[in-house]
Amino acid sequence: MTEAPASAAHAGTIREIAETRAAVPGALLPILHEIQDQLGYVPDSAVPIVASVLNLSRAEVHGVVSFYHLYRRTPPGRRTIYLCRAEACQAMGARDLEARLKEKLGIDFHETTSDERFSLEPIYCLGNCACSPALMIDETVHGRVTAERLDSLLEEG
Amino acid sequence: MAGDTLRIYVPNDTAARSVGADAVAAAIERTAGERGVAIEIVRNGSRGLYWLEPLVEVAVAGERVAYGPVTPDDVPGLFDAGFTTGGKHARHLGATEALPYLSGQTRLTFARAGLIAPSSLEDYREHEGYRGLEAALAMDTQAIVDVVKESGLRGRGGAGFPTGIKWQTVLDTPGTQKYVVCNADEGDSGTFADRMIMESDPFVLIEGMTIAGLAVGATQGYIYLRAEYPQAIRTMNTAIAAAEQAGYLGADVCGSGRAFHLEVREAAGAYICGEETSMLESLEGKRGMVRYRPPLPAVKGLFGAPTVVNNLTTLATVPIIFVRGGEFYRDFGTGRSRGTLTVQLAGNIKRGGLVEIAFGRTLREVLEDFGGGTATGRPIRAVQAGGPLGAYIPTSQFDTPLDYEAFAEIGAMLGHGGLVVFDDTVDMGQQARFAMEFCAIESCGKCTPCRVGAVRGVEVIDKILSGQDEAGNRELLEDLCGTMVDGSLCALGGMAPFPVLSVLKHFPEDLVAR
Ligand SMILES: Cc1cc2nc3c(=O)[nH]c(=O)nc-3n(C[C@H](O)[C@H](O)[C@H](O)COP(=O)(O)O)c2cc1C
Ligand code: SF4
Ligand code: FES
Repeated sequence: MTEAPASAAHAGTIREIAETRAAVPGALLPILHEIQDQLGYVPDSAVPIVASVLNLSRAEVHGVVSFYHLYRRTPPGRRTIYLCRAEACQAMGARDLEARLKEKLGIDFHETTSDERFSLEPIYCLGNCACSPALMIDETVHGRVTAERLDSLLEEG
Repeated sequence: MAGDTLRIYVPNDTAARSVGADAVAAAIERTAGERGVAIEIVRNGSRGLYWLEPLVEVAVAGERVAYGPVTPDDVPGLFDAGFTTGGKHARHLGATEALPYLSGQTRLTFARAGLIAPSSLEDYREHEGYRGLEAALAMDTQAIVDVVKESGLRGRGGAGFPTGIKWQTVLDTPGTQKYVVCNADEGDSGTFADRMIMESDPFVLIEGMTIAGLAVGATQGYIYLRAEYPQAIRTMNTAIAAAEQAGYLGADVCGSGRAFHLEVREAAGAYICGEETSMLESLEGKRGMVRYRPPLPAVKGLFGAPTVVNNLTTLATVPIIFVRGGEFYRDFGTGRSRGTLTVQLAGNIKRGGLVEIAFGRTLREVLEDFGGGTATGRPIRAVQAGGPLGAYIPTSQFDTPLDYEAFAEIGAMLGHGGLVVFDDTVDMGQQARFAMEFCAIESCGKCTPCRVGAVRGVEVIDKILSGQDEAGNRELLEDLCGTMVDGSLCALGGMAPFPVLSVLKHFPEDLVAR
């Protein structure tokens, strides 16, 4: 991956986020979360900066970023759709919903539409299993999602 | 309570909002304005009767009356029917507490869920809140641990380990710094009890953790909270700030001279981080690799210090034990499963929701009496209990009582209490495949049987389903499951084979070429 041109501007932000939290016990995850909150993802350029602030090796920081499913390594689309793939949602048609969603968006999981409107991610349970199938768009959870409801959610986008 | 303003309760819980509670609240607000009716909308938590959400309640003569499920389009009609004073309407359900789904439960841990506004410390205090801490503050540390032991409380996170014994170990282990960690990772499909507590009654968790801190001499607590629950994160942070403000948390808890600080730590979407040692690694800022044990976390846990790690529902059950006494709690239940079990009815179920009952009722009773059968109206074919590592239970075993030991006897587990229901259209071959796929995605990678075995498991199942040497590959699958069960360090690799083996045993007709 080539770095986004904005990475120089990001560097200052990333350093500041890391420095203000460096003294927190177990600071790495809170720092990565804050970077993702502010930038939408954790750019590769963040790894050496965070490593130097926390006195860790780059390999250690990279290992953490890549271990956790919810850290993004690339910029997201305008909205991110998290589709629940877990069992309670499967029991209520999540597999069909997944096929429909991928077809409508023309992308697979971990991809972003070419117009950058949507990114699509799998998620394993939103705690909405009594109102399944469920999905989350950014931070808004939707339950009892039918094919029609899915279509209208995409249109509202 | 003010006499004039009408109070209308519209849940602010994630599940209620996921099916339109915000739009209903807005419609009520708008319609009341148009008609000049003075109302106050209270955004309460959920009662856990999710099939009725959005469930709107009104207070009539000191009693709550329910309407549900309400859509925004219903709202003008509800006003026409005089619902603000309990008027009859197609959505009218009668007194909330008299609904059989609720009156048939024993709400101890979830007594306040849906009753109060989760943002209000005052509301919490008016409903027995902080009475448990008050009692605990008058005891010495050993006496606090003894009450928990007496209650018979066992961990609700899956393994069912006696909570009092765990606390005793932490109390007895010397250390200048100790920790209390709440496991709010709730990764199992079919479970939402922990989320419901955080969103409906967050102070009960804070109170329970504070009591745990007093019991073992810990001054710092962490709530490791899954990132998939953004609303729970907000609610908990708000509640912690309010508790600090009121002196229930901080350097001097209620003027006792004892400190307890509490902080939410957001997880990052790895199922394995629900395993307690992986969770501790994550809290330390590392990859969530499972630790070898011993040492136990109770002896050498977070940052090497003695640490209580408990599930959220376990900790939220502590306050009621201190309000009513250990004996009161122990009197519910059966055998070695004391107190109440939080069943979560999920998936293809007509009346999905949270059912808190004493241990000992049968699976069938819960599925039928509370659940009402499937949502699709077709026969139930299988129930997965205890999350993605739990066996698929066939209807022939539905008379098994809900208790830890009885479930273990049929090769199943209660785990965190989630029951995921499937009707007769389910393809059990696909369910077996998913169990292996999930393990492959979520493996921490530390041991080979899990890391490699799960990937192989998916391949072998694919071969069976596509008709390549079916008999040979079924045998291979059983061998592979055995290797994973015997050779894995933790229960992810060690138990992911259970759903697969249960399909081989109870639904072999689905593991064939198609
Ligand atoms: C793979 C795996 C995932 C787990 N996930 C959770 C979880 O999400 N929540 C939880 O409370 N316990 C989970 N546990 C159990 C914890 O390791 C631990 O037993 C529990 O937090 C102890 O609390 P308790 O005694 O109050 O149940 C998991 C265990 C394993 C092996
Ligand atoms: S069984 Fe799997 S998840 Fe558990 S320690 Fe081994 S590799 Fe990690
Ligand atoms: S399984 Fe989809 S929300 Fe829980």
